Amino acid sequence: MGQAFLDNSLWRNIYCVLAGDSSSCASRGYSDGFLPGGLEWLAFLLAALAIIGLVVNGILGGVIVLIWGERRLFGRFQSRTGPNRWGPFGTLTSVADAVKTMFKEDVVPADADRILFNLAPILIATPALLVFSVIPFGVGTYVADLNVGVLFIMAITSLTTLAVLTAAWSSGNRIAILSALRSVALLISYEIPMALAVVGVIMLAGSMSLGDIIAAQGVPFILVQPLGFFVFFIAAMAEMARAPFDLTEAESELAAGYLNDYASMKFGLFFLAEFMAEISTSAIITTLFLSGWRGFDPIPSHFWFGAKLIAVLFVIIWFRMTLPRLRVDQVLKFAWKGLFELTMINIIVTAILIAIWPQPTTSQLWAMAAINWPVAIISIYLVSKLLGTAPYDQPLPDPNVPSYPVGSESIPASSVLGAESSSAQAPSPEGGD
Amino acid sequence: MAIRTQPVTVNLGPQHPSTHGVFRMRVMFDGEEIVDVEPVFGYLHRGSEKLAEERTYTQIVTLTDRMDYVSSMLNNQAYILAVEKLAGIEPSPRGVWLRMIASELQRIASHLVATGFLLQDLGALGTPLIYAMRERENILDMFEMLCGARITNSYLRPGGVFMDAPSEFWPALDRGLNDIVNTIDELETYLSGNEIVFSRTKGTAVLPKELLINASITGPMLRASGVDWDLRHRAPYDYYDRISFERKLHTASDNYARYWVRVQEARESVKIIRQCIEQIEPGEVRPSFDDVPRLIRPPVGDAYAAIEGSKGELGFYLVSDGGIAPYRMHVRASSLINLTLLRDMLIGGQFGDLFVTFGSVDLNMGEVDR
Repeated sequence: MGQAFLDNSLWRNIYCVLAGDSSSCASRGYSDGFLPGGLEWLAFLLAALAIIGLVVNGILGGVIVLIWGERRLFGRFQSRTGPNRWGPFGTLTSVADAVKTMFKEDVVPADADRILFNLAPILIATPALLVFSVIPFGVGTYVADLNVGVLFIMAITSLTTLAVLTAAWSSGNRIAILSALRSVALLISYEIPMALAVVGVIMLAGSMSLGDIIAAQGVPFILVQPLGFFVFFIAAMAEMARAPFDLTEAESELAAGYLNDYASMKFGLFFLAEFMAEISTSAIITTLFLSGWRGFDPIPSHFWFGAKLIAVLFVIIWFRMTLPRLRVDQVLKFAWKGLFELTMINIIVTAILIAIWPQPTTSQLWAMAAINWPVAIISIYLVSKLLGTAPYDQPLPDPNVPSYPVGSESIPASSVLGAESSSAQAPSPEGGD
Repeated sequence: MAIRTQPVTVNLGPQHPSTHGVFRMRVMFDGEEIVDVEPVFGYLHRGSEKLAEERTYTQIVTLTDRMDYVSSMLNNQAYILAVEKLAGIEPSPRGVWLRMIASELQRIASHLVATGFLLQDLGALGTPLIYAMRERENILDMFEMLCGARITNSYLRPGGVFMDAPSEFWPALDRGLNDIVNTIDELETYLSGNEIVFSRTKGTAVLPKELLINASITGPMLRASGVDWDLRHRAPYDYYDRISFERKLHTASDNYARYWVRVQEARESVKIIRQCIEQIEPGEVRPSFDDVPRLIRPPVGDAYAAIEGSKGELGFYLVSDGGIAPYRMHVRASSLINLTLLRDMLIGGQFGDLFVTFGSVDLNMGEVDR
């Protein structure tokens, strides 16, 4: 049990300080621990709690900063100032929001299934936090380096939709149900291109462990796998339901969707989970495609990871601020007719390249990049041509050529009142007010 | 295996973020497809038409401001034209030019609001809306120079306007017109070439032009179907017969065409204002109080005057019994009439397009309910 965790230097240090006489600590130079012999299990537990506390609180602090940063950026994109009242540059705005959220009245609708209704916020927050257990934040700073890390991430992120479905179903709200249906449709459609986009990375690294994937990135995989990055980025945006794929929340249509009936800290947990998902998605993109914590030597690895994370977050926020929302059918069409084909092209090209260079060195990775970029550009161009909306084929009318009156006898008067289209009740032709 | 589905009825509004005020719809949808829509309105009814029977003709101007509160100047203009027709008032030329400038500025502002909120309904989280509103803000500043008010202007009086434009208004107007053109260019580069905007608005909520004519729909909605019907051209009021401008038409009659016509009309309004600035001459902005007193007593009779408002034909019908207040006032509210085809536009469409279509009608609940 211990070995996988003890590779983690943070864990090892805490554990060995507490129980120094363990055999695995002695080889690392630890002589005596604070705890007497026979209490290694307690050391193990305390180290686990310390790590959990560190990661959870770190992420929550990150969320607080992210909410502030995102709102400030929104302000900049919209040529206004953004929050600037609480604390320097409004940094305490999120704290004030959190306090306010906690003291709000906790309303449960009368029609709600109370058990599921209360369970859903926990269900959505837990997987959002669990994802961080495999992400390496720096050299030797991770909770666990699973040998199926990528698979673990894929599995855990899918759980979010289960929580959305639970929340929508239990609140007994029809708009929420519509939102949950959209959420499931998004998940089913985008999980596949997302998983297939990572296949290229796994083939190059030869492993599903995130540590190995970072070790394999002599060249960041965004350069070697442009198509994979493109598909993964879009699919990840759809997975966390961010604009332009924010169909589940869809403020202007569904008014908040599954969140409609949640108040107080239950709403707060959904809100936190959304931003935690944003951070975790950026962290995954950083790890898989931007070579994770790798960078130049004098600057510590944690800084590199943070800088890349913030860069990805910026792009996500930028997308969110700029693009209008897609419609459901367009979103699904885009996944199945566009992204799926792109991942297939990517897998085929990568497979051929791997067959040529089975264990790619850095220079061979550069060669792969040189081949992959033209492939990516051509295939993305072709897909955009195939899926793009055709322009209008009719020319615009010239107002100086008279075309009035138009034939008004060709259409029955009843259609003005909508009598044909109404199946439920047919108003009388002269009726109405 | 065939999946059995069941239509679901949902109540949207009156407190919904995208109903442009307080509009309510009972929508029945099957999956994502809309099966039935029942519009419910009247939540903003303030009885303006009844109130007008208790006000003098000059006081009613303030009521018209509050009907379509994003195009107050146009409401004022339509009402004042009806009063002038009823009482036989000859307006003073400078006042007419000033109110044409004001109403064209208001048309630009109204179209900017319509475009911004259409994008908001498309889900663009406020950025295009704020860009459009920023430009509207400049126009409102100009209104502030003209009459001291920004939204509820009450600038027009029977026979002209109540005060002349200050000297700093003209350079501000010149700068403002250049800014407006730049903003429209900016919006168009962002929107017209945007694949998401285009794919979501092209081919949605198509209305045949025969249906539009039968439903007596006017304004950008009608012109988007290719019918050349603009009251400024067909039945020129004020000095529009001395102005040359292009009528912008589109054939598609879908949400994109309606948006496109509005943006192009805003460009044309800039050209109209430039011609007004060239032709305006010094003089009194309204007839003297000897000719047009504050208490107007029109002869017994009735009058109807209509202008090309920002949303369509905006008409005021006034009946006089010879007193200081109208016996009856009726408003041909273009928003309300444009709303009559809502069912035809929505039924069979996607749920996601509901509010986009709703926004493309460009209605204002203040005008619908009055």
